[in-house]
Amino acid sequence: MTELTTKTIAELRDGLRGREFTAREVAEAYNEAVSGAKALNAYTVETPTDALAAADTADAARASGDLPSLAGIPLGIKDLFATAGVDTTAGSHILKGFKPPYESTVTANLRKAGAGMLGKLNMDEFAMGSSNETSTYGPVISPWRRKGSNVGLTPGGSSGGSAAAVAALIAPGATGTDTGGSIRQPAAFVGICGIKPTYGRCSRWGIVSFASSLDQAGPMARTVRDCAILLEAMAGFDPKDSTSLDLPVPQWEANLSSNLAGKRVGIPKEYRIDGVPAEINALWDQGIEWLKDAGATPVEISLPHTKYALPTYYIIAPAEASSNLARYDGVRYGLRVEGVKTLDDMYSATRADGFGAEVKRRIMIGTYVLSAGFYDAYFTKAQKVRTLIKQDFAKAFEQCDVILTPTAPSAAFGIGETTDPLAMYLNDVFAVPASLAGLPAMSVPGGLDGQGLPLGLHLIGNELDEQTVLNAGLAIEERAGFTARPEKWW
Amino acid sequence: MADAAAPFRIKGETGEWEVVVGLEVHAQVVSNAKLFSGAATAFGAEPNTQVSLVDAAMPGMLPVPNRECIRQAVRTGLALGAKINKWSRFDRKNYFYADLPQGYQISQLYHPLVGEGEVEVLLDDKDETSTKRIGIERIHVEQDAGKLMHDQHPTMSYVDLNRSGVALMEIVSRPDMRSPAEAGAYLRKLRSILRYVGSCDGNMEEGSMRADVNVSVRKPGAEFGTRTETKNVNSVRFVMAVVEHEAKRQVELIESGGTVAQETRLFDPDKGVTRSLRSKEDAHDYRYFPDPDLLPLELDEAFLEDCRKSIPELPDAKRKRYELMGISPYNASVLTAEVETAGWFDALLATDVDPKQASNWTVAELFGALNRRGESMAESPVSPAHAAELLKLVADGTISGTIAKQVFEIMLETGDPASKIVDERGLRQTSDTGAIDAEIDKVLAANADKVAEYKGGKQQLFGFFVGQTMKAMQGKANPQLVNERLRAKLD
Repeated sequence: MTELTTKTIAELRDGLRGREFTAREVAEAYNEAVSGAKALNAYTVETPTDALAAADTADAARASGDLPSLAGIPLGIKDLFATAGVDTTAGSHILKGFKPPYESTVTANLRKAGAGMLGKLNMDEFAMGSSNETSTYGPVISPWRRKGSNVGLTPGGSSGGSAAAVAALIAPGATGTDTGGSIRQPAAFVGICGIKPTYGRCSRWGIVSFASSLDQAGPMARTVRDCAILLEAMAGFDPKDSTSLDLPVPQWEANLSSNLAGKRVGIPKEYRIDGVPAEINALWDQGIEWLKDAGATPVEISLPHTKYALPTYYIIAPAEASSNLARYDGVRYGLRVEGVKTLDDMYSATRADGFGAEVKRRIMIGTYVLSAGFYDAYFTKAQKVRTLIKQDFAKAFEQCDVILTPTAPSAAFGIGETTDPLAMYLNDVFAVPASLAGLPAMSVPGGLDGQGLPLGLHLIGNELDEQTVLNAGLAIEERAGFTARPEKWW
Repeated sequence: MADAAAPFRIKGETGEWEVVVGLEVHAQVVSNAKLFSGAATAFGAEPNTQVSLVDAAMPGMLPVPNRECIRQAVRTGLALGAKINKWSRFDRKNYFYADLPQGYQISQLYHPLVGEGEVEVLLDDKDETSTKRIGIERIHVEQDAGKLMHDQHPTMSYVDLNRSGVALMEIVSRPDMRSPAEAGAYLRKLRSILRYVGSCDGNMEEGSMRADVNVSVRKPGAEFGTRTETKNVNSVRFVMAVVEHEAKRQVELIESGGTVAQETRLFDPDKGVTRSLRSKEDAHDYRYFPDPDLLPLELDEAFLEDCRKSIPELPDAKRKRYELMGISPYNASVLTAEVETAGWFDALLATDVDPKQASNWTVAELFGALNRRGESMAESPVSPAHAAELLKLVADGTISGTIAKQVFEIMLETGDPASKIVDERGLRQTSDTGAIDAEIDKVLAANADKVAEYKGGKQQLFGFFVGQTMKAMQGKANPQLVNERLRAKLD
């Protein structure tokens, strides 16, 4: 039944309805694929019975005819989402063994739509990282390899497990979260699609917080259509999240169209930066051609504060994280280091042992920028620049309907190759501005580089306009004809 | 009572010193649910039975503001004549402690819900001109912390999160108070207003209201001195004691060549002294920043109008209204100080009694009886309707004032209405002149010597004859008639 794992979610859905196969067959095929792919280190927990139970429910419901949109579709769930009774650790030692008595709104929505869960997916600790190397479970190994090389590559991060699972056909789709590129950069690295919707589309309730004003859940899947299907199920107003948008969920899938006639595609001149490989700029130019071919008109736009986006992000995100992660103190749940004398000693010992180096680094940065005497110079200034960046986009969208850029400034790199944190942060240089502005943005595979590794194209839409992003993504997908799959080595 | 107009001064070796006081009052908001979660807020529940996932700061949990808590804080602001900020925002105050699950308290530093207002206090109940206005700087809403229990285990402390996340209003005064008495009057008045509004139960013993007391001293008219902050003082008496003690301590310290350290202190109620908790150098850097889990709080006009409409008549307005009815300023002040008393008395006034008489009776008789019995107004066995009936029986001459006192005692014991007691016990006043004359004749006959003295010019004996006659008639005779008949017979 391995061919079932090559099908898209849309194909699985239609095939189930057309009685070409049963949901149980799909779940079994995936469970088998998952258990055979341990070398990728993509899953931290496998939940085959969960996938089978959802499948059986779907097969039983199929008899009566009325199936919800994701009936019997098994999905991988990033370990940042609380899943009732199933380990939820955010890739951190400090939450090892934590089984929440509650289910995140997004995963509850997916379950309501009939989806099952294949397992929890590995990720950078607390979603802090761009290579999945900061996980307490060790790095995820990308299913992709450079031509003629056995060097293990990173699938990107922080949703590295999600990316690798979808690309390696051990999940038809997965949830991701994106704070500064954590859906889009890994999607680009492994040749799949991933969309971060407008901030507030998906409830953050039950998702372990990294940086509250930036965190946003989104789907990762093999096609644009699959992303639309998943996002429709994940999104929706949630009164339990004060920042959730009280708006109906659009019918993104039904309104998919690759006809971009009348649409203007903004090309930001500030995104032409030094040090980006020629292949990536060439793909960007190719992307412009594809969108022209679909009927769109390219226009040059300016986003003048782009160069401040990364430093701004690396003040705001750590500041919020330093406070959000204060609750991991050893008092109520998760790790507690015993054998110490005072409460302060317990905090120090627990947090020293429980957090990894990157998380500690960001807590320290965040604590520093919020400290008395530095607050105005860093945090207040960063908030102001964030406003300017938002205004840049608002002005740009008076001239265009969607913006096209590369997703990342490089293809996937080798595990252990990037040790300088600042070099690592540069991975998100193209992704971060849209995060700061809360805009919908998507990565779609565009092609392979000279070493045979996937490269992604990045589409940024106006507030609430996921539809144009998806439609432009579809236009690229149809023209790029990206069908490359990693050769199975695991 | 000391002359309220005379300034309070501490006499030091170098001359007189003035004390400067500001209070930060933490008042627990009356609401069924916590500030950012749906958990209950009742006092005295079993530990950790009123804790939601949000209150325990479980991973991925998010705060959602409770409309009722915001409404109560806005109503409080309106009652204090304060500016309501239609746009406010929540900030995080970051610090680690075992009673603080999030590792931060959600509060409002930069943009509080309520801005400037004021409270007028009366420094002497009997002197209407002894008023002083104490400025309110701001009111913000914030989460309360949980509670640590250190006496449950030999080596460990236990945490009770029932209070974690309960809504508090922090009411910050200007440094406008200049004596222990002013601080006490301010706190009592503030408590009274909050209880009128119903936004805080004012129960200081249960911790529903507690004050951080900021005290400094200076030579009269000089610049402000360095202040100390004494935390979590939980009674009016203790607040006054803190001001008194801190002022003296600071004066002695300065005069002996020391300097006052800006520090946090704790009050020891057993010893009546304050002691240092932590100095400014050890002070936390709270790293306040806007809470990114919450949107700014924006209030619309309809909400504010709804809040405005819900404000009841407040103590000052009520006091003035009572005075216009002919009630003495002292009685008006006492009757309006507590919302329960005022409510009881308003109900009595609604029965068409004479306000002045009713107020005198309430303050003298009812308050006296309740004090004696150790009961509060809410526990009064005599309802306003029953009291009204008693007063009417006196007013229309059915019973005498003396009998009324007896009837009232029986009402307190039995809870029965006055008319029932009067009827059952035959206490009705008699205006039968024949019966009265007969008793007077007996009294005069039995006291012939005193009659002679009276007629010889000892006028004050008249009262004796009245008393004897009333006594002979078990107090039931109409005193006016007794007077008339006696005069007729003697003069």
